Amino acid sequence: MAERIGENTILLSRPPVILGAAAVGTPAEAAGPLAGAFDYLYDSAKAGAKTWEQAESRLQSKAVRLALEKAQLAPEHVQLMLAGDLLNQCMATSFAVRGLHIPLAGVYGACSTMALTLALAAVLTESGAVQNAAAATSSHFCAAEKQFRMPLEYGGQRPPTAQWTASAAGAAVIGDRGEGVRIEAVHFGRIEDYGVTDSANMGAAMAPAAAGTIASFLRDTETRPRDYDMILTGDLGAVGTRLLLQLLAKEHGVSIADVHADCGLMLYDRNVQDVHAGGSGCGCSAAVVCGHIVPRLRARTLRRVLFVGTGALLSGVSPLQGESVPGIAHAVLLSGDSERM
Amino acid sequence: MQIPAEEYKKMCDAASKPTDGVRCAVKAFLIGGTICAFAQAMCDALLAFGTEQETADFIVMLVLIALTAVLTAAGVFDRIAKHAGAGTFVPVTGFANAVVSPAMEFSSEGRVLGTASQMFRIAGPVLVYGSAAAVAYGFFYWLFR
Repeated sequence: MAERIGENTILLSRPPVILGAAAVGTPAEAAGPLAGAFDYLYDSAKAGAKTWEQAESRLQSKAVRLALEKAQLAPEHVQLMLAGDLLNQCMATSFAVRGLHIPLAGVYGACSTMALTLALAAVLTESGAVQNAAAATSSHFCAAEKQFRMPLEYGGQRPPTAQWTASAAGAAVIGDRGEGVRIEAVHFGRIEDYGVTDSANMGAAMAPAAAGTIASFLRDTETRPRDYDMILTGDLGAVGTRLLLQLLAKEHGVSIADVHADCGLMLYDRNVQDVHAGGSGCGCSAAVVCGHIVPRLRARTLRRVLFVGTGALLSGVSPLQGESVPGIAHAVLLSGDSERM
Repeated sequence: MQIPAEEYKKMCDAASKPTDGVRCAVKAFLIGGTICAFAQAMCDALLAFGTEQETADFIVMLVLIALTAVLTAAGVFDRIAKHAGAGTFVPVTGFANAVVSPAMEFSSEGRVLGTASQMFRIAGPVLVYGSAAAVAYGFFYWLFR
């Protein structure tokens, strides 16, 4: 049974297992250092679709199908899918899942969606409510720019703090039994808003939430950063990473610098690719975790990873109304070890 | 302890790499200057062939708009503008790009509710306040002439 410990952490005593995980990307991701981690790379950003939104749906649909294949499960053996994306009304998700006939609970967590859906799927699987659940998300640079910023061909300049929305998707199938990477604990984060109004500096808006969730998780579980092989944040990028380390030191007296990594800094090569402060978008952490981290945990080159998905919960309207950007972070403890924590 | 918002703002500013203003200004000057020099050369050529000043100005503007539209459609304009900044934004090229790019982007929502209705989503404010300023200018000109 799930057991609530400390302030806000849920320990899963019968840890659910990631039976299969897959990552799908496009040429921008293929040009990055993690190209080899992807299960499928489309050779154009349009992925053979007519619109950017359809293209994103294709990425997510492909990731789910590949994850099912790797889990050796047919869609009818999955009783629930938790999925979401960045587009209005989670458009990419609805159209991606349309043909699969898996019961769907749409979830919005901005760029934290992979961590959020993994956490929800793990709790529901462990509770016995479902035997197998799928967690999936996607994002697309062009669809996100169109909705949140300027048209693609508009001749504007992006500030150095801006991040590049990944055109990628990730999916994981979680089961209540079997061999694989286990989800041992989850932590649903609170919204933290330190008054950042610059929507082109999402790393700064999300760093306080990441710091809060990490510190709270460590306190609840009475663990230290060195008990983990990696504390992996979602997509804080270069600016957010710097601020996270400072906030943890100043507010909580914790240093995670030795074990910290950030998906936004892993997916692209910032020296060569024009991504400014790093990658972002739901698909960024989804692809890094499903394509790179889960296989490394399976291979035991990593044993214990605290994945902290971060999200900036702004809308297309809120910055225009003068609102600051609320940040959120959800944590999932992934373990490739056979011993429990 | 949560640090105060003002202190966090200072931390954010220190952590955020600022835009390299000098480099941007030099690039804007060079690329913007090239566009203006090209336009002036075209104007001079038209005048040399006996075109009237007013007609020559008009033709030059149309050529710049047409070139921008073609370069935007070809996906080249934004790559130049990324470096040029105000160099491509301030001349009429910026306005033309601001109309063509949303027209292209929203074509997936159809010709009426996509292309036509979204075409002025960026340039619209310029038209609204530009027209309003022209009316105000005209009114005072009429009052005090």
